[in-house]
Amino acid sequence: MSTTPAPASADRQVDYQTGRVGFWKAASIVAGREISVKLRSKAFVIATVIMLAFVIAAIILAPRLGGLFDQGGTVATTGDLSSVVSEVTDDEIMEVADAQAARDAIAAGDADSAVVASEDGDGFLVIAEREMPQSLVEALSVAPEVELLDPNAPNPFLAMFIALGFGVVWFSSALTFGNQTANSVVEEKQTRIVEMLLASVSAKALLTGKVMGSSIIAIAQVTLIGIAAVIGGVASGNQIVLDGLAEPILWFIPLFAVGFVMISALYAAGASLVSRTEDIPSTTQPITWLLTLPYMAIVLFFSNQTALQVMSYIPFSAPVAVPVRLFYGTTEWWEPVLSLAIMIVTTGLLILFSAKVYERALLRTGKALKWKEALSSKS
Amino acid sequence: MIHVEHVSKTFGTHQVLGNVDFTIKPGLMTGFVGGNGAGKTTTMRILLGVLDPSEGRVTVDGSPITPAYRAGIGYMPEERGLYPKMPVLEQIVYLARLHGVSKPAATAKAEELLERLGLGERMKDPLESLSLGNQQRAQIVAALTHNPHALVLDEPFSGLDPMAVENTLEVLRDVADTGAPVLFSSHQLDVVERLCDELVIIADGEIRAAGSRQDIRDANTVPAWDLHADADTGWVRGLTGIEVTEFDGGFVRFRADSPQAADTVLRQAIERGTVHSFTPVRPHLTEIFQEVIR
Repeated sequence: MSTTPAPASADRQVDYQTGRVGFWKAASIVAGREISVKLRSKAFVIATVIMLAFVIAAIILAPRLGGLFDQGGTVATTGDLSSVVSEVTDDEIMEVADAQAARDAIAAGDADSAVVASEDGDGFLVIAEREMPQSLVEALSVAPEVELLDPNAPNPFLAMFIALGFGVVWFSSALTFGNQTANSVVEEKQTRIVEMLLASVSAKALLTGKVMGSSIIAIAQVTLIGIAAVIGGVASGNQIVLDGLAEPILWFIPLFAVGFVMISALYAAGASLVSRTEDIPSTTQPITWLLTLPYMAIVLFFSNQTALQVMSYIPFSAPVAVPVRLFYGTTEWWEPVLSLAIMIVTTGLLILFSAKVYERALLRTGKALKWKEALSSKS
Repeated sequence: MIHVEHVSKTFGTHQVLGNVDFTIKPGLMTGFVGGNGAGKTTTMRILLGVLDPSEGRVTVDGSPITPAYRAGIGYMPEERGLYPKMPVLEQIVYLARLHGVSKPAATAKAEELLERLGLGERMKDPLESLSLGNQQRAQIVAALTHNPHALVLDEPFSGLDPMAVENTLEVLRDVADTGAPVLFSSHQLDVVERLCDELVIIADGEIRAAGSRQDIRDANTVPAWDLHADADTGWVRGLTGIEVTEFDGGFVRFRADSPQAADTVLRQAIERGTVHSFTPVRPHLTEIFQEVIR
């Protein structure tokens, strides 16, 4: 008799095929569970909504923040000058009879400043109570000739904020989802369900499914944020987003996706070494450093082109360094492609490494294993 | 028929199993009995392919066991495990799907089994909200939902109340009746004694006895009889071919070389007075077990 399961009763014939489930089928069932558990987690949904709201609010409000402080100004001026003044300021114009009436209006609080003809007749006199109205004075002054070498050069402050923005999204998502992958691995180990799982699917399929599941969720979340940023930019006419950020965002998403798979596999392997949730940090610490150090480096060296270039080829910092360089416009077309290729290769190697550790450590319970022990031991 | 063939397992320098060899016959319930650390769990893990043997192999009907066959085994590990926060039905369906059962088929089967084991009302509740006994039942359902063609259950009855033990037994019987080999371990020797067709006794990683309940009993029973009578039974000591092992006034337990020799004792007892009972001694599994693993 063959060892393939033959239905021994009518009851078992139905549409059951009890052979071992294929690798990708098993992995996708595992991934499906990871995703559905996550989507039903209130904490996850609320965090995502808050993050989206924050990004949209930042993009829509940022250009308007400056305007908030200038609002409600009133400029008093004489009738003959009102057309000139209204051209140089958005403030409300209040017509007064003469310079004295303008002074009275300011003193009374009816106007914030005034523009009248100067006493010698061929210039302007700007009157204010206590502080020089900067914008008005500048508007009425003769400006010296200015030569801008690179009028489109990115504003360094903006660059810092953008580096910080990509850094925070990469660092926090990788850390959060990485730890969640770790927890889910240990949960299975701690509750011993892993023994039942391994009786039906291989450790590799299980690992693949977990990494797939958490990666899909993380990438979906980041894509959603990216789309929200672009839509927010279009809706509010925010030129920073439209001109400078579209390309960096488009590159960030694939880099993030690959990088995330890499991080997530490492976290899963690290977590498989321990048997209790409390012990997770003891083996995932090195991975956390791999995320933290590049993050700190980006924040420190956001304006150092050489440092950025180096970081754009290191898989752990590339997801942030590449988009920042793209924002500066200092990359050749092939550079992001090369960065991505390096990441893909590294990720492949690290997945093999993680699968090895995971497979060997999964059924070892008790004291936390060291990375080395898992690699050198034969189950 | 599943055959565990000369399996040994060594962890480092520590040998856990030595030349373990026994069969699990189709349609029969085989009880796997042994003390703590005797090697039951390791043997079951090797059977399931969760662990690899250092030596030996597992065969099914003569050929080495395949992953496909293993995937069709219903397994209940010693260390219980299901997802604490996931609803009962949902995780049972998930596990069955990993065994290749379609979602609708798995759902229907899981619902049926949960009803049978009295968990019909709790299907949608997260596992952790169930009592330990109910979690145990859910675990049994998880081992059965993919319509296994064999069962390997580590301590399936621990923590169950007598009613639940009966229900579970009935369900397991049904599976065995389809021709599936069923192996389960238990510390509850009375349960094993009552419902096993076959027995495998393991101690220190070695099989000490294996076979049908009757075979094991016969092999381990020294022919002995108990006699209760009105009169003092001290006279039994003097008979040839009889060895008294216990004696207390009207009660005597003795060994005899043959049933005929025992009959002689009975005849003489009747002549001496009223005999209340005269029975061959049938040791309980507990006694045999203690004897065998010594």
